Amino acid sequence: MVIRGHFAVAALVALTVAGTSWRFAIEAAPAAPPLVAPATLVETGLYADARIGEIDPRNRPFSPQYPLWTDGATKRRWIQLPAGAQIDATDAYEWQFPVGTKVWKEFAFAGRKVETRFIWRASANEWVFASYVWNADGTAAVIADGDGLPGAAEVAPNKFHNIPSVDQCRACHVSNRTEILGFNALQLSTDRDPNALHGEPLAAGMVTLETLSNEGLLAPARPELVTTPPRIAARSAEERALLGYLAGNCGACHNRQTELAPLGLHWKHGDLATRGADALLSLEGHRTKWQASGVADGETVAIDPMNPEQSAILRRMRSRSPASQMPPLGTVVQDREAVALLQRWLESQAVTVSREHER
Amino acid sequence: MTTSRSTQLVFGLAFFGFMGAAVPAVVNATDAGSAAQAHTPNVEHGAYMVRAMGCNDCHTPWKMGPKGPEPDMSRALTGHPENLKMPPAPQLPEGPWVAVIGATQTAWSGPWGVSFTANLTPDKETGLGDWTEDMFIKTMRTGLHQGKGRPILPPMPWSMIGKLTDNDLKDVFAYLQSLPPVKNRVPAPVDPTER
Repeated sequence: MVIRGHFAVAALVALTVAGTSWRFAIEAAPAAPPLVAPATLVETGLYADARIGEIDPRNRPFSPQYPLWTDGATKRRWIQLPAGAQIDATDAYEWQFPVGTKVWKEFAFAGRKVETRFIWRASANEWVFASYVWNADGTAAVIADGDGLPGAAEVAPNKFHNIPSVDQCRACHVSNRTEILGFNALQLSTDRDPNALHGEPLAAGMVTLETLSNEGLLAPARPELVTTPPRIAARSAEERALLGYLAGNCGACHNRQTELAPLGLHWKHGDLATRGADALLSLEGHRTKWQASGVADGETVAIDPMNPEQSAILRRMRSRSPASQMPPLGTVVQDREAVALLQRWLESQAVTVSREHER
Repeated sequence: MTTSRSTQLVFGLAFFGFMGAAVPAVVNATDAGSAAQAHTPNVEHGAYMVRAMGCNDCHTPWKMGPKGPEPDMSRALTGHPENLKMPPAPQLPEGPWVAVIGATQTAWSGPWGVSFTANLTPDKETGLGDWTEDMFIKTMRTGLHQGKGRPILPPMPWSMIGKLTDNDLKDVFAYLQSLPPVKNRVPAPVDPTER
C-alpha cells in the first residue's frame, strides 16, 4: 500500500510537472500572427524596376481565353511560381498551387490604371487577398482598405467601379477547390476560342498550357493536355463562345461545390468542357426563386424556350439593378455582347423547340 | 455592386436616422475573425444581440398599439407578411426625402427599388432553415445573399453587423435557428425600374 501510495504521489507530481511544462510551452509559443499583404504594390514583388513599370521576369504574363467581364476594363495578369515548384494538375480544371505562388491582375479604365489585385499563397493554410489602388498619375499603388473602396473610377455616366472588400474576394475565390480561378487547362488551352467574348490575343512570353508542360511545371506532366487541348463541347462556334463565357463569368459561384449547387447551374470549366450545351439545356423550365416581373408568381424559369425574353438567365445578365443583376458584384455596366450572344442562343433554342412541337 | 454612392448614403440616413438602432457596447475583440476557434454557440447571448441590435425593428412586422406603433411579437422575426400585398410605392418629388416605409416597417422603397425584410425563422422553404452558420457569417461579411448572391439591400445594416466577431455572429445564428419555424414567403425585391 505504501509503495502504491508513493507511486501515486510520484505519478501525480509527474503529471503536474508535465502539465505545467505543457502549459508553459503553449504560453511561451503564441500563435504566429497571420501573414498579411504588404502595404504597397512594389513590396509584393511585381516589379523589377517600379519607376519604369518593368515587371520582374519571374512574374509570367498570362491571359485566360474566357476573361471575366469587368465593365470593359483592360487587364494584365502575372503569375509567379516558387523556383522549382510545380502545379498539381491532377484535376485539369482545378489546379493546386504551391506555397509561395503569387498572382496579380491589373485593372485599367480608359487607359488609367485603377487597381491591381494580388493573391498570394502565403502558407499551406493561408491565402492572402489584397487590392492596391493606383494614384491619379499611375506612379504608385497602396493597399486598399479591407472593406473595399466604392467609387474608385467612373466607368460610365454615374456608374462607378468598386474595389471589392477582402471578404468579397474570398466569397468567390475561397469556396472553390482552387483559389486562382482563371488559370487552368481550359483557360490556358492552346486550342483558343477565336470567338471568345472580349478575348485577348496571346502576347509573346505569355504562359500557356503548352509552355507550362514544356517547362515541366505541371505534376503530373499531363502531356495529353497538350496533344489534345481542352475545348468546350459545343454544337456551334457561338455555343462554344457562350458556354466559355458562362464558365469564365459565372462558374466560380455557380458550380457543384458551393452553397449555390442546389440551384442547378453547374457552369464550372470542367462541367462546361465536358457536358457542353446540356449544362444549359437542363435548365429549360427550371424554376427559380428569383421572380421576373410580368411573370406569374412562382412561375419564373431559368430558361424559357418558348419565350426567351422571360428567361431568368437573360433577364439577370441584362440587369444592373442590385436585386437582379448577375454577376452580383464586380460589374455595374451591362455586357451587351454577352447579352446579345445569350439572346441569339435562346432564340435558336426556341426555334428548335417550336419545330419539335410541329412534328 | 451597383450600389451607388447615393444608395449607400440613403441606406445610412434611412437606417440610422429613422431606426436609431444601437451597436452593442460589449464586443470581445479578441476573437474577431477567429473562425477556426472552437466555439459553442450561446443562444442566450444571441438573443441579447438580436434585441440590442434592433433586428425586430425591421424583421418583425409592426402594428398599432395603445401607445403607438410597436413590433407585433406574435410574428417575431418573420419578415414582411406574405399576405400584405403592397401597392406601388408613392413617387417622391425631387428633394431631400428619398425613402418610403410601409406601416409594418417591413417594406422599404428608395433608389435601390423596393426591399422586403426577410423571414429569419428557421422555416426550410421561406426562412433560414436551409442556411448554414458559415453562410450566415459570409452574408454579414460580404453583404451578398448567402454570401454569394445578390446584394443585401437597404436598410439592412449588414456592414455594421459584419463587424461583429465570428463568435457573436454564431450566437446570433444559433438564436435565430432556435426560433419556431414560421412559414411566411417574403416577396422578392423589386428593381427600381419596375416600380
